[in-house]
Order: sequence, then C-alpha cells, then structure tokens
Amino acid sequence: MDGFDFAVIRDSLPFVWQGFLFSAGLTLFATICGLAFGTLLALARLSGHIWLSLPATVYVNAMRSIPLVMVILWFFLALPLLTGKPVGAERSAFVTFAAFEAAYFSEILRAGILGIPRGQLQAAQALGLAPMQTFRYIVGPQAIRPMLPILLTQVIVLFQDTSLVYAIGAKDMLKAAEISGKNYNRPVEMYVFIGLLYFVICFGLSRLARGWSRGRFAA
Amino acid sequence: MIEIRKLSKWYGDTAVLRDCDLSIRKGEVVVVCGPSGSGKSTLLQCINGLEPFQQGDVVVDGIHVARAGRALPRLRARLGMVFQRFELFPHLDVMDNLCLAQRRVLGRTQGASEDKARVLLDRVGLSEHAGKYPAQLSGGQQQRVAIARALCMDPICMLFDEPTSALDPEMIGEVLEVMNQLAADGMTMVVVTHEMGFAHRIAHRVVFMDGGRILEDTETAAFFSAPQTERARLFLSRILSH
Ligand SMILES: Nc1ncnc2c1ncn2[C@@H]1O[C@H](COP(=O)(O)OP(=O)(O)OP(=O)(O)O)[C@@H](O)[C@H]1O
Ligand SMILES: [Mg+2]
Repeated sequence: MDGFDFAVIRDSLPFVWQGFLFSAGLTLFATICGLAFGTLLALARLSGHIWLSLPATVYVNAMRSIPLVMVILWFFLALPLLTGKPVGAERSAFVTFAAFEAAYFSEILRAGILGIPRGQLQAAQALGLAPMQTFRYIVGPQAIRPMLPILLTQVIVLFQDTSLVYAIGAKDMLKAAEISGKNYNRPVEMYVFIGLLYFVICFGLSRLARGWSRGRFAA
Repeated sequence: MIEIRKLSKWYGDTAVLRDCDLSIRKGEVVVVCGPSGSGKSTLLQCINGLEPFQQGDVVVDGIHVARAGRALPRLRARLGMVFQRFELFPHLDVMDNLCLAQRRVLGRTQGASEDKARVLLDRVGLSEHAGKYPAQLSGGQQQRVAIARALCMDPICMLFDEPTSALDPEMIGEVLEVMNQLAADGMTMVVVTHEMGFAHRIAHRVVFMDGGRILEDTETAAFFSAPQTERARLFLSRILSH
C-alpha cells in the first residue's frame, strides 16, 4: 500500500454522486409511499373490523419477520411474474422498499395513535365527529409530534439499508464506490470515503432527530 | 326527552348495568350519585352511544341510540358531554376547541362558529382567553371552556360526569356557578357528582346507583330528608360527614 490516494476520490465523485442520488431517491420514495401505505395498515389494524385488521396484521408481521435482503430478492423474482415483463433492478427496489418500510412505519404510527388518551377520543365522538374526522383533526395531529424523532430514526436505518440492493445488482451509493474502487484499483480509499459519507449523513440526520425531540415539546 | 328502559350491560361476565330504568323530561336536572364503580359513567356513556350495551333501550328525543347507525354522530352532537378530566384538545387553542365541531359536524361557517364561541366564552366568563392553549389555563378555566365547547353545539341536554372531582377545592365553585346558571336557564341536565350541596340546591331528582342498579330515583327534598334504601342512607351519611 503506497499512501492514501485522494485523487481517486475526487475522480470518482460524479459516479458516487449518481449512486447517492439513487440511494437518496429510494429513501425518499420509500418514506413517502411507506408512510402512506403504513398509515392505511395502522388504521386497518385499529379499525376493529376483523376483515381489515387480520390481513394487515399478517402483512406487517410477515414483513417484519423476513430479512430485507430476502424480500428484495423475492420481489425481484416475483414482480415480473405479476406484471408479465421484466421490471428492472431499480424499479423493483423502489416497490420493495416502499412495501417493506410500510410495515415498520405502520407499527410506529400505531403506537403513536394508541398513545392518545381514550378521553380525547370520547370527547371528539361526544361532539359528533365521525371516526375519520376524529383521526384527522384530533388523533393525527396529536400523535405526530412525539412520533417524529422515531420516524426519522427509521428513515436513517432505511437509508443505510438501501445498500442491500447490491443483492439484485442495482447501483446505489455503496455499489458506485465499490465499482470505482475496482476500476482505479483503490478499494481501501473508496471504502473509507464511503464509510465517512454514510457516517456524516446518518449522524447529521440523527442530530436533527434529537433536536426535534428536545425542542418540539417545550411548546 | 331521554328514556332508558331495562338497560343492562356486561363486560364479559360482569354486569356493570342491570335493568336500569330512567326517564328525563325536558328542563329537568337529575343528579346521579353512588359509590365508585357503581356504573354512573357507564350509564352516561350509554345515553350518547359512547358505550354499546347488550339489553334494553335508550331513546333520545325519539331516536333509538342502539339503532342510530350513521345518525349516531348527529345525535351525539345534540347531547353535550362534560368529562371529569376536561378533555380539551391540547393542540388547539380555546377558540379552535370551540369551533372545530361546529364547523365539521354542524357545517357552520368559520365566522358563525366564532360568533357563537364568543357568546359562550363570555357566558362562562372567559372572553379574554380565546387565544390561549388549554395548558395555559387553570383546571377550573379548562372545565368552563369544556362546558362552553359543549354548549356551542346547541345541545338539547347536557351530560356531566363528575365535572368537579379533578379540581382543586378553590376552583370547584366557579364551575358549579356556571352549571347553576345553566340550570336556571332551563337546560336539561344529567349530572354525576358527589357535590351533595349542589345537588340539594339545583337537582329536581336524585338517582342513587349501586352495583349497576338504580336503587333510588327520588325527588330531591325527599332523597335528602329520608332516603328509601339503607344503602343510600349509608352513602349519604358517609359523604355528608366529610
Ligand atoms: N372497559 C372496561 N372493561 C371492564 N370493566 C369495566 C370497563 N370499564 C368499566 N368497567 C367496570 O364497570 C364498572 C362501572 O364503571 P363506571 O366507570 O361506570 O363506574 P362509576 O360509577 O362511574 O365509578 P367512578 O365513581 O369511579 O367514576 C366498574 O366496576 C368498572 O370496573
Ligand atoms: Mg365514573
């Protein structure tokens, strides 16, 4: 090993940037779709209707019991069977992560909703608010604040987990660094660099989460 | 206005209400008392359908509560409910607490809701607090806001579940005063309370419950001078000796 070569990092930046965009895009997409689908799952589980809550419960528990890498592989293999044509590694990853994260988000949301005192629900109902109105105006707004730091922590984990798309050959941030390292024959530099990059991004986000959990409750 | 016939409710095997009969006429003030766990809150919550029941009928203004279905929210909106722990919405300021259901349930405009809210805040003596959040108010003030919130819906009847038992003694008076005023204005009221002085002054009838049964349903003066059942006598002597 002949010294640490910074030039390789600089030269591979555009390529790594492409990988970062994919990882960030995947995280953003899975967060938004996962939250939407996760909210539906949480509401289904809390609905009290067996034919809504049972499928949701089975789905959530199944997703949470299977390693993400396996889900990624399964979706990659199963999706083309459903759509009838090849889906591509990138698109398959988007669908998989949204479906997988929904299960985790739904559990966070469910806990937050269950944390709202019963009296608040009764007061809303006693005023004549319908169930969906009660959720929208009373339960939702109160549940979201204490959940924000936990949700953000989950997003950080999600960002790290995007590296698992290597299993189906999609090019995320880690994969881009690995390829650059091979091309320039400088794997050590690239792994050190990419590790630092993950650290900076995730540590920054977790600081943000902590700031939220401290500051938000004073009001 | 409210007719309860042979009402029974169980949690699993344990009966919390047994064969309760009660009728409340327009303009009547009925106080419900009894030991802890006797089913007073449950009775109130059966009246506005917050709790389901297995047997009997509850009829409010001609509508069967158990069969109201989609009409239940509208029916609830016409019964004002006041809780022991106030249950103001902590994320909304006082004005929004008062306007939310007016707008979303009754379909009133923001302007009409605010006008109504101001009238009622004035009535409970809290006009200057419209912009505050519940956490910035004392317990007595919060409970008065809660009463105003219920009154904003133009209820045909008010249900109170121990409205003063979570309050410091010096704040009980201000809440009872508002309730006094309501009764004087002819509001139909069902009040679960241990404030026997208050009951004596404003109730037309006193209902005594124990073990899920209505043991007494007596005109107020008669209840306090000569309760019919031994258990009511004991309850009274214990509560009055405080
Ligand atoms: N969700 C529930 N599951 C099982 N039992 C319940 C439930 N809610 C209430 N109970 C029981 O029902 C009985 C009546 O309760 P309720 O709250 O109506 O009494 P209460 O007269 O209002 O008492 P308190 O003066 O303490 O408010 C109690 O014995 C209580 O333990
Ligand atoms: Mg009670």
